[in-house]
Amino acid sequence: MPRKIDQSTLDEVGIEVDGDLSDSDDGGAQKRPNRRQAGGRGAARGRGRGKKPASEDEDEDEEDEDDAPRRRRGANNKKPTKKRGGGDDEDESEDDAPKRKRGGAANKKRGGKAQDSDDEDSGNEKGKKGRKGGGKKGGKEEEDSKGKKGDAKGKDKGKDKDDDKDKDKKKKKKKGDSSSDSNSNSDEEEESMSEGEMAQLMEEVEEKKKLIAIIRNKPWRMKRRLVLLREAQQFVDKFEGALGKGKGRKWYAYKVMMTKKWIKFQRDFENFRTACIPWERKIKEVESHFGSSVASYFIFLRWMYGMNLVLFGFTFGLVVIPEVLMGLPYGSIPRKTVPRPEQPTAQDYSVLMDFNGYCKYSVLFYGYYNDQRTIGLLKFRLPLSYLMVGIGTFGYSLMVVIRTMAKNADVGGGDGEEGEFTFAWKMFTSWDYLIGNAETADNKYASITTSFKESIVDEQENQKDENIHLRRFLRVLANFLITCSLGGSGYLIYFVVKRSQEFATRDDLSWYEKNELEIIMSLLGLVCPPLFETIAELEDYHPRIALKWQLGRIFALFLGNLYTFLFALFDEVNTKLLEEEGIKNASIWALKEYYANYSMMMNDSEATPPPMDPSDVIRGPCWETAVGIEFVKLTVSDIQVTYLTILIGDFARAVIVRFLNYCWCWDLEAGFPSYGEFDISGNVLGLVFNQGMIWMGAFFAPGLVGINVLRLLSSMYYQCWAVMATNVPHERVFKASKSNNFYMGLLLLILFLSLLPVVYTIMTLPPSFDCGPFSGKTKMFDVIMETIDLDLPAFMGTLFSYAANPGLIIPAVLLMVLAIYYLNSVSEAYQNSNMELKKKMQMARDEEKNRRNNTDSTNQVMKDLEDLLPNRSLAPPAPPEPEKKPEPEAKPTKTKPGAAGKGVNLQKDVALATPNPNARGPVRQPPGPRGPGPGPGPGQGRGRGRGPPPR
Amino acid sequence: MGNKQTTFTDEQLEAYQDCTFFTRKEVLSLHSRFRELAPHLVPLDYTNNPDIRVPLTLIVTMPELKENPFRDRIVETFSEDGQGNLSFNDFVDMFSALCETSPRELKNIYAFKIYDYNRDNFICKEDLTKTLNKLTKGELTPEEVTLVCDKAIEEADLDGDSKLSFADFENMISKAPDFLSNFHIRI
Repeated sequence: MPRKIDQSTLDEVGIEVDGDLSDSDDGGAQKRPNRRQAGGRGAARGRGRGKKPASEDEDEDEEDEDDAPRRRRGANNKKPTKKRGGGDDEDESEDDAPKRKRGGAANKKRGGKAQDSDDEDSGNEKGKKGRKGGGKKGGKEEEDSKGKKGDAKGKDKGKDKDDDKDKDKKKKKKKGDSSSDSNSNSDEEEESMSEGEMAQLMEEVEEKKKLIAIIRNKPWRMKRRLVLLREAQQFVDKFEGALGKGKGRKWYAYKVMMTKKWIKFQRDFENFRTACIPWERKIKEVESHFGSSVASYFIFLRWMYGMNLVLFGFTFGLVVIPEVLMGLPYGSIPRKTVPRPEQPTAQDYSVLMDFNGYCKYSVLFYGYYNDQRTIGLLKFRLPLSYLMVGIGTFGYSLMVVIRTMAKNADVGGGDGEEGEFTFAWKMFTSWDYLIGNAETADNKYASITTSFKESIVDEQENQKDENIHLRRFLRVLANFLITCSLGGSGYLIYFVVKRSQEFATRDDLSWYEKNELEIIMSLLGLVCPPLFETIAELEDYHPRIALKWQLGRIFALFLGNLYTFLFALFDEVNTKLLEEEGIKNASIWALKEYYANYSMMMNDSEATPPPMDPSDVIRGPCWETAVGIEFVKLTVSDIQVTYLTILIGDFARAVIVRFLNYCWCWDLEAGFPSYGEFDISGNVLGLVFNQGMIWMGAFFAPGLVGINVLRLLSSMYYQCWAVMATNVPHERVFKASKSNNFYMGLLLLILFLSLLPVVYTIMTLPPSFDCGPFSGKTKMFDVIMETIDLDLPAFMGTLFSYAANPGLIIPAVLLMVLAIYYLNSVSEAYQNSNMELKKKMQMARDEEKNRRNNTDSTNQVMKDLEDLLPNRSLAPPAPPEPEKKPEPEAKPTKTKPGAAGKGVNLQKDVALATPNPNARGPVRQPPGPRGPGPGPGPGQGRGRGRGPPPR
Repeated sequence: MGNKQTTFTDEQLEAYQDCTFFTRKEVLSLHSRFRELAPHLVPLDYTNNPDIRVPLTLIVTMPELKENPFRDRIVETFSEDGQGNLSFNDFVDMFSALCETSPRELKNIYAFKIYDYNRDNFICKEDLTKTLNKLTKGELTPEEVTLVCDKAIEEADLDGDSKLSFADFENMISKAPDFLSNFHIRI
């Protein structure tokens, strides 16, 4: 900006403003002074720059000097109060108001008196600054700029203040505005002055702008805001144009608008994202009635649904749909055709429900897929894709589970912090101000009450301390009993499995002997969980911890179940494999026979025989499909059992209890059957085990994932309905732990357990010779080798062969182990330091508390002493004694309340102030940590100054 | 001014936009909402800043506030006379402070004011009891209420005066995870 022009414009502005001022002189309203000040000041500046008599300048300087400390003090005063917070803020600002008014009034007077004299300049400045200080709460910046202003002025008007100039220099340097600095002493004084003025003005304009930008963040009444805003805007309007910043304004406005838009967009996006989370309201509803522990099950269910949806996407997108669209149609080859002997019954309902018949030879199962290397026009490598999806399912699940666990652990990390303010947060932040619906509000009330009750239970749990030895003994006993029963059931399962293997070789079996294994398993599953629950009563854990134990124990029991199932399955697979060998030969032989017969009958060895009807071909047992069917059957029966249990165990019971209660001898609702509680542990475990089945079976039955998605989806609605309609909240409502990592841990364990058999089959068992995408290969993973050999460039093959070299693998494994070790130790170190920091924080907090309390407690001691004194003497002159005590403490905190105000005066001051905490606030609130007269007890009031406690 | 009937001058609208977190349209809609509450009281023309106050009983019938257990306190806090009578300025002020975009510091201050029933600039035990009873509709037993209030003060009180000053309150609330998401009213 060219200075000369600026100067001229400034001059103009000044003159203009002057004219304006004279017009609106008697406006008198409170809003006015600012304008006038600004104008007056501008005028003064404009003129002062040109022709300033030195005498006036000195006057001004003195005034400035006078003002500066006052202002600064004001700022200082305000800072601590600000820090202390807005509680006293209001007082402060109210306190300020008169001051400000005074300042304004002063300005007005001055303005009226000396409108045309340059003298008014500083006066206006003062008023203005005073006001601004009040408004801005004396930020540091403010002070800085004020100081600068004063300095600049000092420099402008006669250079008789050397120290001022020095300061000025410093400041200027700090601001990097030093271009004019060297000029200040030179003969180009005019130039430098204008420079200084410019800078000062610009700064003020910037300040005002900042005020405009943040005025909405100030906790002021709207009226005041509007007034201040108008003032600031007028100021900016006037001088921004003068400073050649007019264009910047548009850009600024644009920028502000864009930031606003961006923030709004972000918020909208966030809202959209949260709106996309399904069942949020349903779960909230359940949570409000049943507490977070029941809700945690539904959240877990939703999470599972999400994960399964992704798995479903993979499986259907990469395997099932390509096969349906591009693969050979049904009936084209033997593996896609129902064999002739099965055809008559293939459409029977009972057969289909067993997943035989058409179901077995459908896209749902492994056997249907062809071993063609590529299918369709796109040359889609289906076998490779099949294997990759099978492995990818596990990879993805592992990744997701571990990631979620890590994230939850992160949340758990903040738990310590969270524990600090449980009740306070609940109290002040739990109500959702957005609620505008009566029903939602009722739910919210219920949920808040529930959560308070949960926290109270937690708290009481913490406070409980009875006979710890007895409790320990009982817990050990309970664990012993449970270990015994687990071991017993394990042995029982082992025994039964052995026996069933023995039975398998015999034919003359009774019904019981045939189904012994299943019966025993179901019995165990039926008897053990309630038994565990009963034993767990001994332990007397908090329900949340008890739930974990219960889950862990039932999990251990179910593991036996799972593994017997797996062993039985592998036995079956092995027999099938043996059988297959025979059939393979038979089938080849049959084919040869067929050709031989054909050529014999036709007597024409040249003619190619028509291909055998695909349904007539002898085929192997296809153990993969058999395994897949097993899993699908298991899943479906699981679904049926679960749903029926809910329908009968919960719904029918609820209906009976509800409606038979009118005509029954005792109170059914309160008495024996009552309504059911929601069985969290059973449901969670059911879900976890079901997921294990899905993981194991998905490789052999791609359709299983789809079934599972349907199941989870229906389960969500069904169980939500059932829990809301038929169940009652737990007797002891408890809060779910913040991170449901326990469920995740179970899931991870199941994932590993289900990974093992699948990987074992992929790596070791030979695939069936006539069904599935890997038929004809010795091992399933040969598909990968084939792809490397045929589809990738040769060097990749060599690369892979190098990579598979044990010489490379062993160091790689070693490296990984080392990395794990390293990371582990690092994390441990972090954990340690974390603990240390937490401890320190706690200590700091305690110290803070102690410090405050100590003054209190020492005070208490003092008071006791004081109490003793008058008691001993029974003399009235005691009261002044305690009065004196606070004096030395209170005094230094005051900012010179008049040096004379010692003894009685001050005493009176304090005594008068005490009844009204508001009035006393600003005076007594020191910058230090001391609260306003911390009475040791609430009964004592805050009246430390009021004399000895009445005792 | 572009409106059919001038409710505000352009300057007024600009000023409101600068002083609040609302857009021009929102300010206008706020005015119409305000007018709906008391059509006979509130004029359509606000260009000359009429000083008209709508009593608390009418304000709390707004659907945004109707279900709020602290509705009376909110309105009282934002009314200039402390009785719950709101001028349009107060009305705008209230929704601006409670709107989504207002910053945490501002909300802290107003939250403190709202929960400070007896306006002594401290949240003391009586305030807490009142808050709690409103939150739970008095479903907790007196013992539980006392327990919760004691615990809350114990947790948040830093200076050991067994009541919460603003500093205590701010320290506590600034760490609360869902204060911001819960403490706002959309209009």
